Formats: sequence, structure tokens, C-alpha cells
Amino acid sequence: MRKIAITKLNDLFAAIAAQQSLYLPVDTAAGAKFEQWSDGVQLSDALNTVRSPKDFFFPQSEDLMKFKTEGKKIEIIDIRDEHEDFVIFGVRACDVRAFAVLDNVFLSDPVDTYYKNRRDHGVIMSMACNKPVETCFCGTFDIDAADPEGDIVCHKTDDALYLDAKTDKGAALLESLSAITEDCDNSAVEAQKSLIKERLSKLPLATLTKDAFGEDKTQKYFDAPEWKELSEACLGCGTCTFVCPTCQCYDIRDLDNGREVLRYRCWDSCMYSEFTKMSAGQPRLTQVERFRQRFMHKLVYYPERYGGLFSCVGCGRCLAKCPIRMNIVKVMKKLGGND
Amino acid sequence: MQVNEYRPLIVAFCCNWCSYAGADLAGSNRLAYSADVKIIRVPCSCRVNPMFILRAFQRGADGVIICGCHPGDCHYTSGNYYARRRMTALFSMLDYLGIERERTRLEWVSAAEGAKFAATMNDFAEKVAALGENKRLEDLRCKR
Amino acid sequence: MQAITREVLTAKAAALLSDGTVDRVLGWKKGEFGYDVTPGVFIDAQQIEKDFEWGDFCAPNLSKYLLAETKKTGAKVLVFLKPCDTYSFNQLLTEHRFDREKVYVVGIPCEGMLSENLIKAKAEGIASVTDNGDTVTIATLYDGDITVPRNELLPDRCINCKSKKHVAYDELLGDEGEVIDSARFDEVERIEKMTPDERFEFWQGELSRCIRCNACRDVCPACTCEKCVFDNPKSGIESKAPSDSFEEKMFHIIRAFHVAGRCTDCGECSRVCPQNIPLHLLNRKFIKDFDDLYGEYQAGEEVGSRAPLVNFDFDDAEPAEAMERGEGDA
Repeated sequence: MRKIAITKLNDLFAAIAAQQSLYLPVDTAAGAKFEQWSDGVQLSDALNTVRSPKDFFFPQSEDLMKFKTEGKKIEIIDIRDEHEDFVIFGVRACDVRAFAVLDNVFLSDPVDTYYKNRRDHGVIMSMACNKPVETCFCGTFDIDAADPEGDIVCHKTDDALYLDAKTDKGAALLESLSAITEDCDNSAVEAQKSLIKERLSKLPLATLTKDAFGEDKTQKYFDAPEWKELSEACLGCGTCTFVCPTCQCYDIRDLDNGREVLRYRCWDSCMYSEFTKMSAGQPRLTQVERFRQRFMHKLVYYPERYGGLFSCVGCGRCLAKCPIRMNIVKVMKKLGGND
Repeated sequence: MQVNEYRPLIVAFCCNWCSYAGADLAGSNRLAYSADVKIIRVPCSCRVNPMFILRAFQRGADGVIICGCHPGDCHYTSGNYYARRRMTALFSMLDYLGIERERTRLEWVSAAEGAKFAATMNDFAEKVAALGENKRLEDLRCKR
Repeated sequence: MQAITREVLTAKAAALLSDGTVDRVLGWKKGEFGYDVTPGVFIDAQQIEKDFEWGDFCAPNLSKYLLAETKKTGAKVLVFLKPCDTYSFNQLLTEHRFDREKVYVVGIPCEGMLSENLIKAKAEGIASVTDNGDTVTIATLYDGDITVPRNELLPDRCINCKSKKHVAYDELLGDEGEVIDSARFDEVERIEKMTPDERFEFWQGELSRCIRCNACRDVCPACTCEKCVFDNPKSGIESKAPSDSFEEKMFHIIRAFHVAGRCTDCGECSRVCPQNIPLHLLNRKFIKDFDDLYGEYQAGEEVGSRAPLVNFDFDDAEPAEAMERGEGDA
């Protein structure tokens, strides 16, 4: 384990940025946001960013390829480039787990090469959450905000930042920073962890469990009468899906500018009336079915498909941003019977 | 490689009854007007939806002008009065968003005003050319 | 603090349910943390007693829910409307969006709704929020209690409240208020006075944050098209993502234009925006222009009134004249 004084944080950032692009949470008028570090950029103190870091690997809109047609000839232009190496600093435990959720989808066969290209080049420096807030419930999904996953795990105390490499990628990066960091034991980090654990146990959602959900629960919940009431106020907007760190549905579209065709993909939302629309229409006719789909996917279908891993990570973004404040916690409590 | 001199692309929405006929008259009178102007004929100036204007900018227009019958002369009685309010609102909004106000214009040109049509187009093309490329309402994916 | 209490509302709802005036109630449901209130339908007194919420966080405007609610069979639906909500209610009636006979409106006074965003800007980790009248005490998870003046937690739409008067109701609880001569156009004026470059910079900065979640559209009581043009694959402008900065400009300009003259300035668009874009400033620009050019008009003030964009005068200003307004004294 290595450490660096809090007062020297900017030296750390400069040393990383000298090797590769560094992104970290920065305060803006509209909340914290991941931005590229350059001299003078200050790390945000906010618990988490408004938008999740999934954009780094799965951007909201991404160009896939171009076509040109000449008579009957179609030329396909591959616009993929090897992505440059980059570091994301300050990713919270929930969001790190979200990458694992996305990996299952994009890196299982057939591999999504666009996603993989970015994923292979990113190093994740996670950060334990010193002050989790009331909307946090990562513990529900066995995520430990005191001890996140990631290539390098960071703990911040009042006077120092502690860095612990967990993967080869992380070790290589930390090695390159040895000149400005110093070796240390883990006593300060352990103390910090127990402080965080105590705080986590006192959160209002600390007792929420996922026990009622998971594999083999499709029959139990699919026709549950509660869906109607739960979804009645849903506006059908895509806020929850777009702020969610694990929502991974997208649409592929073409833009014809008259000279060439650009094929791109962009996030889509199962909450939209046009989602997966086919010639026969949208398979989910009303908002009740669309609403059910989103939560069943997070709590039942995904765990069923990927060995019990849930695709909600308890980051609380949807709790904070849903226009009508309907969310997965309310759904779990209602369906799980401890309403 | 040949380097092309910058020419603005101007889209003119002309009402079928007055302004388009005005353009015709300008043509048959052999009055020259800027070749940068591309005319789209619409049944009435009030057929012009704000979306048409934004789409024109998206697809590369540097200026958009709407021409209709003079107030009182609309072949559908009141279409141009509605168009006037709509375009006033839209242009003012574009101005509010910081888009150069010289890029949009509403003019009344009758079927008898071939000379006015040519002069209006020349003047508009000149003003837009002076502004240069439309950068503020451009869609990079549609750039030439 | 709100002038009337939750108990007055629940008693009223229970009474109207039991005497058969209505068979369901459209109101607000309690959440997990006190501030996360969800609109909902109640069908019996027991449910109302348990879940009904009325307080500083009952911001959602319930009038748009009447579109779906009045299509259901059965007796009337009871809806609680705050003064600004009643304008949306009237506007929807003007557009014949639902049957007035199927609704029983109870008007409730409003002292302004607190903004969750502003509270979270003051404190991280909120245990509870208590309204003391002039001040609000936020109990936090780590920093103890923070007490701040109530008006520091009010969103722009409540600070610049346009009316405390209910323009539609069957019954009114509490005292009727007045239309207020608010300063709601000051911010629009401030932007108008900027140079075009500054204006462009400002809006580019604001709109570039848009994630195209469509929450502004979906919550808007004036956006009631069966099929939005932006959802229609045949429109040629359907878009699901901000693939280019043009698209978010187009979306917001067209959306504001589509509700121009019909927007009651309820401010729901800005409330729900997850990226805190001040969308109400687009709508207010149209309202201000219409007031200046065509005479004052408040959408929803009167059922059946003719909105500025579906009306005209022979001597309306030309666009160029309209744009030059006020330039001399700027």
C-alpha cells in the first residue's frame, strides 16, 4: 500500500496525466461531473457524479461505421481507432461494480469490439465513500462502499490518500508513481473502513435486502398486481435509464447526409414508447409493461442470466433524479412485501 | 486539389401564389439574382413549420428566408398573418439563443414584384455571405 | 410551511369518497425520505390515511394525470390542485383534453414548494427536513442540523410565483390568493441584454448538458400529443440521443415553440431536468415576447381563450421590427 499527502494530490494527478489522460469528478453548476484533469482542475468533494461513468466505455452516442454508395457499389468505411490509454479516478464502489455488469453483456460472445476497445485501455482508480448519503443502498447488492473493487483502490482520510493496487494494470500504474508516493501499512485504511462500515449500517436503506428477488422469480412477479399501482405515475421518460450506471440498451441508427451514411448507436430506454419498435409495433403496449420490464430486468432476468449478479448497484441516482420519485427501492419494498 | 471559394447556401421558402410567381417573373424579366439561393415552393407562407427552418440549417443552410404574399393578399385569407406571428416568435427565439439574426428573414413579395424578389435575394445573400458559414446551428455530421 | 395541513386534505378526501361525490383521489404519496413524493391514486380512506402526503415537497403538477384518469370508467376523480396547477388544468380544458364533468377539483393554497436540489446543495446526507415557517431545518447524517431561511430553498418558479389565485376549482380549502406581479421575466431580460456571443455561449453551455431523457416533455402539461414528433420515426427528426449539439438545440427550440402560447409557466420542465437546465427560460422568452407584442396573455387564466399563435392582428409587428425592440434604450 502506498500513500500521498492530501496537500500533494495535484502532484499525483499531474504525474498520472503526464502518462495518460486522467478523468476525475469535478464540481460544475449542475453537480459533479467527470472531466479531464489539467493543471488547476480541482477534485470534487461530492459523493458522486450526476451522470454515471459508464459513458467512458459505453458513450451515449457512438459512431460505428460509414457507408458510401456509388451506383451499386457500397463502400464500408471502418472508423474504429485504437483507443488511447486513460485513467478514471474517484469511481465509487457502486459504479465499479456497474462495469462488471456491463462487461457481462458487452464482453461475452459475440464481443462488442467498440466497448472492449475502450475497456481495455481504461484504468479504474476507485474511491471508498467516506460519507454515504440517504439514497445509497449498494450494500443491498453486496457491494462494500468501504472497500471498492477497481484496478487501484483509494481511501481518502483528512491528511492522506491511500492507494492499493488490485490488478496488474493497477500495479503498473502505481509503480510508475512510486517517486511521489510512499510506502505505508494499512492501519489508517482499516480505521477508515470501520468508520465507513459503521456509517453504512446507519443509512435509512441499510436494511433493504434483495432476498425476495433473483433467479427463478419470473413467475412470481411477472403478473403481480402491484405493477399497475407502481407504474401509474410513471411519465415514460428516460431519466432513470440514462443516469443508471448499468442500463445498457441501445438503438442503432443511420444518418444519411446525402454524401455518405453514418451508422451510430445511442442509448435507448425501455421506458420509451418507441423502444424496440418493429413492424408489428412495440411489444410492450403500455407503461405498465415497460415499467415492469426495467425492474424485472434489474432484479430477475439479469441475475437469472448472469449467475445471480444483480444489475442494480444501489448508486441511488434514479432515486434522486426520477421526476416523480418512483424508483427501484419503492418497487422492491412493495413487491418484496415489506412495504 | 481545387480550392472552392466560400459560397453561402441559402434556402428560400416561397409561397406558391405570390413569391414563387415573383421569382418566376424575375426569371422571365432576366433579372439576375444570387445563384446561392435555392427555392422551395410551399403552398402558403404559413405552411412553413419552424422545423423546416431548423432542418435547413442542420443540412447546411447558412441563411433561411421565407417569402409570402403581402399582408391582406394571402390566397388563403389569413395564412401570412399567422406566419408573421410564428416567424416573429421563432426568429426572436433564435436571436435569444445567440444565433445571428441576419440568418433569418421574412419578406412579402407579390407576383408582380420580380424586381423586388431579385433585390431581396441579392441583399439577403450578401448579408449572409458577410456572416460566413453557419456555425451556431450546424450539425457536424452533415458538413460538406 | 403550508397554510393548510395534511389532515384537512385527508379529511376532505375521505368525506368526498364516502358521500360518493368521487370514487378515487389523485394526490401525492409518501416516499422513503420525506422529500421524495410520488403522484398517486387513492381509492379508500384507509389508503389515504396511510400514504397521503401534503407538504413542501408535493411539487408535481397533477393536472396532466387527468388525461388518463378521466378516461377510466366510474364516478368523478378528486384532484388537489395548487394555484399554478389550476392554470394547467384550464389550459388542458381549453384544448379539450379531458371531460370537466369527470373531475372534482379541490383548490389548495401553496406557500411555494421546496427544491430538493437546493436542499442538497446546502447539505449532503439528509435525514429529515422540517419547515419552521420562515426557516427550514435540515437534519443531516454527518453535519448535525442546518437551519436556513426558507426562501433560500425555493426554486425560481416559486420565488417568482405568478399567482396564488386558483383559476379553477369546485371547492377551495383555505384562503384565496391574488395574482402576483412577479419578477419572473428579469432573468429573460438579463439574457436578452447579453451580446449574441454571450447568449450563444450561455445556451450552448446549458443545452449541451441535455441527455435527451425527455423528462421535460413528458412532465409538461402542455405536451399532450398522442405521438410526439420526436418519437415518430416517420418525422425524419426522431432522435434518441444528443449525437450532435445541433440535436439538443433543435429539440428544445421546437419543444418550446410547440408549447408557446399554451405554456402556463408552471415550471415543471426545470424542476424535473436531471441536468438542471433552466428550460423555463425558453418558455418565458416566448411569453414575454407575446406579452410585449400582442398584449398580455396568460395561458390557462380563462378556459377557451385564444392563444397568441392561433390569433393575429392586421397590424402585427414584422419580425425585423420585433427584433429591434428596445435596442434604442439598451
